[in-house]
Amino acid sequence: MMNWSRRHFLKNSAKALAAAAVPAAAYELLTPEILAAVRKGKGPRWAWVIDATKCVGCGMCVQACKRENEIPWETTASRTWVERYVVTTDGRVLIDSPNAARDGYTKNNPMGEQVPAEQIAKGFFVPKVCNHCENPPCVQVCPVGASHVTDEGVVLVDRSWCIGCGYCLQACPFGTRFFHPVHKTAEKCTFCYHRITKGMNPACVDACAFGVRKWGDIRDPNSEVSRIVRTERVTVLKEEYGTKPHAFYIGLDRIVR
Amino acid sequence: MPVHGEIWTIKELFVYPNENIVWSIQIVLYPYLTGLVAGAFVLSSLSHVFGKEELKPVTPFALVFSLALLLAAPLPLLFHLQQPQRNIHVLFTPHFTSAIAAFGVVFSVYAAIVASEVWFTYRQHIVESALSLRKAEGLPARLKGLLYRVLTLGSYDVSEKALKLDERVATVLAGVGIPVACFLHGYVGFIFGSVKANALWMTPLMPVIFIMSAVVSGIALCLFTYIVIMEIRVIFKRPSPWGPERGHPSAMPQRETDIQIIRIIAKYLVFFMILALSLELLDLVFHSYTAKKPYEILQTIIFDRFAFNIFGLQYGLGMALPFLLLLLPSLSIRRAFVASILILFGVFMMRWNVVIGGQAFSLTFSGYMNYQLPIIPHDLDTFKEGLAGFLLLLLLPFGLLWLFSRFLPLFPKKEKLSPLG
Repeated sequence: MMNWSRRHFLKNSAKALAAAAVPAAAYELLTPEILAAVRKGKGPRWAWVIDATKCVGCGMCVQACKRENEIPWETTASRTWVERYVVTTDGRVLIDSPNAARDGYTKNNPMGEQVPAEQIAKGFFVPKVCNHCENPPCVQVCPVGASHVTDEGVVLVDRSWCIGCGYCLQACPFGTRFFHPVHKTAEKCTFCYHRITKGMNPACVDACAFGVRKWGDIRDPNSEVSRIVRTERVTVLKEEYGTKPHAFYIGLDRIVR
Repeated sequence: MPVHGEIWTIKELFVYPNENIVWSIQIVLYPYLTGLVAGAFVLSSLSHVFGKEELKPVTPFALVFSLALLLAAPLPLLFHLQQPQRNIHVLFTPHFTSAIAAFGVVFSVYAAIVASEVWFTYRQHIVESALSLRKAEGLPARLKGLLYRVLTLGSYDVSEKALKLDERVATVLAGVGIPVACFLHGYVGFIFGSVKANALWMTPLMPVIFIMSAVVSGIALCLFTYIVIMEIRVIFKRPSPWGPERGHPSAMPQRETDIQIIRIIAKYLVFFMILALSLELLDLVFHSYTAKKPYEILQTIIFDRFAFNIFGLQYGLGMALPFLLLLLPSLSIRRAFVASILILFGVFMMRWNVVIGGQAFSLTFSGYMNYQLPIIPHDLDTFKEGLAGFLLLLLLPFGLLWLFSRFLPLFPKKEKLSPLG
């Protein structure tokens, strides 16, 4: 056995300490938070602003989305949809979204019920999309990492990797996900990632004749969405789940689901 | 063109267009089977780890049953996946913020523990069979001999010292296995309990509730199968197919079910039933007492739409009645048998009420989804996630148990079976 003198001991201890300190220091330099902060300052962070007061429920956004993103026409599910809310004078709340509002609301028949115009206290439409949350539970629960977030905050699904377990469908509080009937993988609004990365608008934004849907970089102080979120009264859906949704709404009512 | 789940989902009032019951009967079966695995393993470990000598006769049986159930347990998941051929991604590219990603690790560790414990428990039998079949003639016997030789893994040492070591290792494995078994099932509870979007599922009690009901169902299944195996031989009046004494006059049928063992198992069962019931009721009371935002719709699920399922079938038929049957004095085999079936049914209903009940209301809190189990399959989906696929996977563990029993005696050393009689 080696005979250890005090000098030996001190020398080796110092070496060990130094060796341990190097990787620890290197690790500290590269914490995910720091990396994220470095990244955060730079590129865009896409967000929606949806002015529900302007929506007329024509369903053009749903049609455009289905065509653009190849969601079969007859499928009731959709990456985006529009909900109709009708509150009667006696306080009843009627909500529906038949076929995800693909064909628009052309009849006064919420939930299949004829409501005379004089009995309607208020009525409005609310378009829905993926909220591209800052803290997306759908990505958290994906067991294989097929659901992921891009640097711009867009939540996407890798169709070639999704195993189709449906956990993300359960985890999303907004009901934005479904299984694609053809690809058999989790499907959701991609912010039309294939379009926005080429400098185009999402299909639904282009299809909306009323300027309901706006999108842009929330980090850019000069963008329209950033200005609206900073200066107007906006809200998000289901804030209580802590997902930090990035679809900011103007003109939501408390009955909105 | 329907999306997945639309075929068996009937929507009522306002439900989001994309919502459907996507976790169907196989996801009811999955926690049921893993629960049985964990429960059977805990029963098998009681004699080893806690020195419950009186349970020793059923230890190997419960262990082998646990292995059979374990092999069947991932299949419901596989049947339910929309891309089953990609299942391996969970093992090779696990995304560890997901509870499901833990599956690969926990399941493999647990499978290794159960398989090694089975090996150490049966090593002597395997070596003896391998040696006795070495010079066997005829293809089946030679194949059997080959299988035993492979199973020895090259270790033929059956000296007293080696056997003592085997037992010590088996005890350690049983001890390590209990927390892993609880973790295996606890994580299944976590899968549900951590879904913050689901008001019925989200509770930190979920993993513990799952573990308790797992132990209850696992012990009940062992009780049920023990009685069936023991009684069936008397009923069919045939020699014991297990053990080396086949054909020997002493193996002629005689009543072998040991009422003492049944009574001891029943005691453990009652103990765990009390724990399971208390936790489940605590959860229920908390939901109603705190009455948070979703409670309005939860109330209609618990006390109206699922009231018969929950209070009639799960708690009444599956908990209170067997509780009485087991607790009334002078427990008979028949009563224990009926009680074990009722408990198994009750725990299954608990899984059903959690999985299907949790999806019976919409995320809008303004609508409902009703589940209609596909009975007659007309495509792959309705087979995999219908009655046929369900029954297939439910019965599979029994088939595996039968298969294993051809090679590993479930109740070895019969003289020890009746320590009191």
